[in-house]
Amino acid sequence: MKPARFDYVRAESIAHAVEALAGAGGDGKVLAGGQSLMPMMNFRLVKPSVLVDINRIPDLDRITLEAGTLRLGALVRHRMTAEDVLVARHIPVLHAAMKHVAHLTVRNRGTFCGSVCHADPAAEMPMMTLLLDGTIHIASPRGTRTMPARDFLIGSLATALEPDEMVTAVDLAIPADGTGWAFEEFSRRHGDYALAAVAVLMERRDGRARNVRIAMMGIADTALRLSDVEAALEGREGTAEAFDEVVARLKASLAPNSDLNASADYRRHLAGALARRALADAWDRAREAHMEPA
Amino acid sequence: MEDRATITLTVNGLTQTRAVDARLLLSDFLRHDLGLTGTHVGCEHGVCGACTILLDGRSARSCLTLAIQADGATIETVEGLGRMGDLGRVQQAFRDHHGLQCGFCTPGFLMTITDMLRHHPLETDDQIREALSGNICRCTGYQHIVDAVRELARARGPLT
Repeated sequence: MKPARFDYVRAESIAHAVEALAGAGGDGKVLAGGQSLMPMMNFRLVKPSVLVDINRIPDLDRITLEAGTLRLGALVRHRMTAEDVLVARHIPVLHAAMKHVAHLTVRNRGTFCGSVCHADPAAEMPMMTLLLDGTIHIASPRGTRTMPARDFLIGSLATALEPDEMVTAVDLAIPADGTGWAFEEFSRRHGDYALAAVAVLMERRDGRARNVRIAMMGIADTALRLSDVEAALEGREGTAEAFDEVVARLKASLAPNSDLNASADYRRHLAGALARRALADAWDRAREAHMEPA
Repeated sequence: MEDRATITLTVNGLTQTRAVDARLLLSDFLRHDLGLTGTHVGCEHGVCGACTILLDGRSARSCLTLAIQADGATIETVEGLGRMGDLGRVQQAFRDHHGLQCGFCTPGFLMTITDMLRHHPLETDDQIREALSGNICRCTGYQHIVDAVRELARARGPLT
């Protein structure tokens, strides 16, 4: 047997699932797609006393259009996100990011919400949730609550989720019409974890960049929103000089780790190169969307 | 006490009922409990793709799936594709194009490709290589596998 012993609960409802978590004495785990949890259980890095399988809970596999947001339920698989017409139409930057997520077989099983909960610093979902001002929907036996993604993601493989809580959905804010976007990622092999990635949203009004949003991953303990860099570009014209200047600021603000795959210097260089490309692409797309007279 | 349950599932068209430990992996269930050793076990953490099977018609890592999760499910393994002297079309294409050497990774490739042919466009070699990228082969250099899939995709035609 690869995993350590656990009690298995096939949850029939969200209420059933969180009751089982509450009864686990603090080390219960939710099983959704299992594409990150099961490897850790096979290595016995994670040994839950109770495993709560949510795969049979009805209606969690939906992507729905709410007021200004797309809501992704806890059983929305990566393949569904990648193929969904609402995602492609309303949040094209997420549609683009999905092409980089793992491999065909893993995408069949892995879930958006599960990846956000796993909070791997080199995974796309936490980063995209930060970029899109995500809201996390959380249930427990004590009721329900919501939390902004930037409060939810607190470190490498660490979230603000309590032991008796599960994530039931993530809301992603739909960018305004005409918002420019870009997604850039570099990994050593297609579908592998990224060495670095960046996603950018940018509106253009009166020839100036507005509502700039920049998220990165692979360069710190968690995915990041780069608020200082966003502010530095806000209200400026999208010129090469402006982009070079904010990229220099971005590189100076990063303190990536060295590891087997890349040195800190290389990661910083890579982050700068990807960000420079993404900023220019987002600016170009924003201009096209507004169709302003030349 | 080990948490155990009785599961009933369909494997290659046959209904199977067995009592299993909750922590038994589907890969080990197929190999040890059902004797279907065609599903190979390589890395056992979802990286190599050798254990790929079809779970309700879509490819899945059987080493990242619990047998108990497959209760009520329909499973297809390499044994369901064909047999000696009566190879399935994916197996025959591998034979024709020399898409294997040692054969260890082959069952996983065959099942992934079965999913690909049912659900994915496969109009270009780039699309074929991207779809194959979750399966690792250390012998072939992949070219002959891509050749086999290209022929299968052309024979299939566009997805409807």
